[in-house]
Formats: sequence, structure tokens, C-alpha cells
Amino acid sequence: MMATRAAAVTTAAPMSRAAGAAGTGGFKYLLIAPAVFVLLAFGLFPFLYAVVVSFQKLSLLDQYTDFQGLLNYARLFRDQRLWNAVLHTLAITAAALPLQLVLGLLLAHHFLDERPLKRVFVALLIIPSVISPMVAGSMWRLMFDDRYGPINQMIGWVLGEHVSILWTIQAAWAYPAIIICDVWEWTPFMFIILLAALANVDREQVDAAAIDGANAWQTFRYVSLPAIWPVMMIALLIRGLDLIRLFDIVWQLTRGGPGSATETISIYMFVRGFQEFETSYTGAMVVVLLLLFTATLVAALRRMEIAR
Amino acid sequence: MKTLRRAGWYLTSTFITIVFLFPVYWMFAVSLKTPQEIFKFPPAWYPADPQLQNFLVLFRDGDVWSVWNSLVIASTSTLIAMVFGTLCAYSIVRFRTGGENLAVWILSQRMLPPIAVVFPIFLLYAKVGWADTYHGLILLYTAFALPYVIWMMRGYLQEIPIELEESALVDGCSRWQVLRHVVIPVARSGLFATAVFAFIFSWNEFLFALVLTRTQVLTYPVQISQYFGAQSTFWAKISAMSVLGTLPVFFAVAAFQRYLVRGISLGAVKG
Repeated sequence: MMATRAAAVTTAAPMSRAAGAAGTGGFKYLLIAPAVFVLLAFGLFPFLYAVVVSFQKLSLLDQYTDFQGLLNYARLFRDQRLWNAVLHTLAITAAALPLQLVLGLLLAHHFLDERPLKRVFVALLIIPSVISPMVAGSMWRLMFDDRYGPINQMIGWVLGEHVSILWTIQAAWAYPAIIICDVWEWTPFMFIILLAALANVDREQVDAAAIDGANAWQTFRYVSLPAIWPVMMIALLIRGLDLIRLFDIVWQLTRGGPGSATETISIYMFVRGFQEFETSYTGAMVVVLLLLFTATLVAALRRMEIAR
Repeated sequence: MKTLRRAGWYLTSTFITIVFLFPVYWMFAVSLKTPQEIFKFPPAWYPADPQLQNFLVLFRDGDVWSVWNSLVIASTSTLIAMVFGTLCAYSIVRFRTGGENLAVWILSQRMLPPIAVVFPIFLLYAKVGWADTYHGLILLYTAFALPYVIWMMRGYLQEIPIELEESALVDGCSRWQVLRHVVIPVARSGLFATAVFAFIFSWNEFLFALVLTRTQVLTYPVQISQYFGAQSTFWAKISAMSVLGTLPVFFAVAAFQRYLVRGISLGAVKG
């Protein structure tokens, strides 16, 4: 058994080296050509086009294609509505991400041990995360309706009096509504990833810690947490970036309203680009956003185990 | 004491599941209610007289075309992405093409904000007349699915022992034959799982479709968004269309449960 595995390891390296050198040089590039072509055509080319547009002056009223310098970029700094949108997005992320993580961890801990029917519970709990965010937003819009939705009714039972909270209409309630919807949809995502990671933690180490007198929290903190750390970081990265680019559920729940009170970065850019036709200004926002995302991503992914 | 704790576990588990599934239940319940029942106050907790009227209306008014559009666009783009992506992944795994840089660049493409990707594409499509066309959306969704397919297939292909391919090469197979007759059959379950999840992501996507469709190739999420109006909100249609859009996802995920964790964690957890 050991011998065959060792043989596999020793033959693997020469083969790939030989493959790269002898006669397959063209073959390997032929294989990646179609995919790389599509990715460049839909990734890099539009980006360059956005750069060009961002140096022009195109809007509903103006059609100047002359070079305008950094006019549109300078405007970014003066745009209060943009900074509000950044603030809204960060606020939602700061509330929703830790909630999803903690709830996901608690659920994973609860469902860690093997029991009859455990798999059924886990399978059912996954459902919110596979539904389209669009459908999730619609569902919660119906749930939150002040008159015909069940949420206000249930709160009414608890308080013992009739309530009619305008969840998706009043700014103060719209944020909890958005956060509840996002936490509902993505806690299961955190849950099943962390459950799988926790299940892979060495049981012997956990038991040994318990014998040494560590309590449940200490065992988690010093044994389980370091073991699941890499996976947890990737889950946080995926969800964090999803939240920064949040669009669908906010669009469905509030359309960024009332006014622009719940406008996220994505919604603000949609409004500028596709409703007010501020083409060049939106182009500048696109360029900045793509550069920031790409820099963050490449730096983060290189440090994570996922790229190995 | 032990029985009590076990009962407590089942009670808590059931409670958690009910809390998480209630909105889904509500969507199904509303879709089966009569129009009068939907707008009853206080709300009816279950459809007293379940009927399929709301679904029939979708067929009568032709709204189900959007589900058909979604199906065509998501499946065609998934198919193209699977072919291109698997070839690319194979090259990256076997020949280390592009090194770590190419792999990281491809994965980073997956996580870019859709609004920033679609805005310049909208401008370009408007110029060449590709907005609101099948091929325009299919190509964009292909590009959207590609990084995911490459990344996932890279993981599955890495698990194929290299001796299998070597012995086939020794037996005189060409590189293409090795790929077709050795690699693809061995990676079949990974291929199916990747295709299913790539399909679901395209099926569920909203923003690209919202920007690039008008009337001809409306997908089902865009159709749902149009039911929310300033004057009136079409609850019956929203819930029925949501159910239609959600059922295929349920079946797909149930069939590919085993691959789910790996699929949504981008391979970070090999389930």
C-alpha cells in the first residue's frame, strides 16, 4: 500500500514535467484557450471599455467623448449619496455577517453528534441557501406585509395587542427587515460549511482536552476553532463579498427606499447607470469598484489555503 | 436523564427547522390560496380550499414563458461552460498551465460585483444589438459560470490518480483519447455535481437578467420583480412563480445533497 503510493508520487512529477516539454506545449494552451478567451472577452474587455467611458462625459444630457481627465473620479469624493450607500452597505454587513457566523456555529455545534433523523434536519435546514435570493426577498416581502403578512400577527400575539409595523416602508424598520432576510437565507450556508469542518476535527484531540479538564468553551476555543479556522475564513470571505455587493434582496424588499435610505452600493450604481443614464460617472464607479475588489481578492486568495 | 436530553435535542431541532422553513411554507401556502383568502385580515394560516388557480393564471397569461427562458439560458450556458471549463481545468491540473496566477485570477473573476461586470457589458450589447437576446444572455452566463466550473473541476480532477492516464498513454492513446476515455469517465460524478450547481447559480441569477432583458428573454426572477408595482402587488403571481422557480432547485439539491457542501464552499470543504 505504502509502496504504490510512493511510486505514484515519484512518477507524478516527471510525467508532468515531460508533458510540459515534449510535444504537448501546444496542447495545454489549446485546452485553456476557449475558457480564457470567454473570460477575457467578458472580464477584461468590458473593464477597459469602462475605463474609456469613465474619462468621457456621457450622460442623459451630455454626449462628449473628448478626454475629460479625472472629472468623474473627482466627483466620487463629493458624492454624499455614494458615501451614504457605502455606509448603508457596511452597516448591513457589520450586522449580518457576525450574526450568520455565530448562528451558523451554534447550529453546527447543535447538529454535530450523529443521531437518527439528523440528516433529515440538516437537509431541510439547507433549503433557504439554495433558493434564489430574488425569491427569498419576495417571500419576506409577503411575510413582512403590515396587514396580510404573518410577522406582525405573531408579534401581536406576543405583545397581546395589535401591531402594524411598516417593515419595508419605514427606514428604521427596513434595516432589521433586510438583515433578518439575509441572515435567514445565509445562516444555513455558514451552518453546513462549519458543520462539515467541525465533523473533520480530530475527535481524539477533543476527548483528550475534555479529560485534561477543559470545559466546552475552552475545548472549542483551543482545539476546534484552530482546526476549522481556514474553512471559516473562506466562508467569511465568500459571504463578506456577497454582502458588499448586496442587491437582490434589498431590491425586492425596499428598492433602496424609502427615498434612498436603504440604498446599497450596487443599488446606487444601478440607479445612476440604468435609471438616470449617468454613463460616464457610473463607469468611474465601476472602475474603482472592480480595482478594489480585484486587489482584495488576489491578496486574500493568495493567503488562503483554497488556492493550493 | 439521558432520554430527557435526547427529547430536548429533538424538540430544539424541530423548533429550529420550523423557524427556518416557515417563510418557505408561507410561499407555498399563499400560492394555493384563493385571491380572497390571500387578502384576508387577519391572515389565514393555511389555505382552507387549496387550489391551483394561481398557477393556471400564469399559464393563461403566458408568464410561464419566463421559466422556459430561464431553462434555455441556464442549461445552454451551463453546457458550454462545462465543456470549456473542464478542458481548462484539466490543463491547469495536469500541465500546471499558467501556474498559481491563472488559478487565482480565474477564482477572483467569480467574486466580482455583478453590477460592475454588467454595466460595461450593457453598453457594449446596446451597441451591437445583443440586449434582450438569447445569445447575449447565454454568453454572459457562460462567462459567469466558467470560473466556478474551472475551480470545481480543478478540485475533482486533482483527485484522479495520474497512473491511470500514464498507462493509457503507454498503451498508445493520444492525449485527446486519454481525456475522453479515461479522465471524463472517472470524473463523471464530479462533472454532474458541478453542472448541477452551475445551473442553479445561473437559474437563480437576477441582476444580469434585470439589466439585459426587456421583453423577449425575460427570466423568471425578472418576471417576479415586475409583479411588485407602485399601484398594486400581485401576491398570487409572486407566490406561484416563486414556487415554480424553486421546485427544480429543490429536486436538484436533493439529488446532489452529497456534493452540496463542497459545491457551495468552492471546494474548501471536501465533503
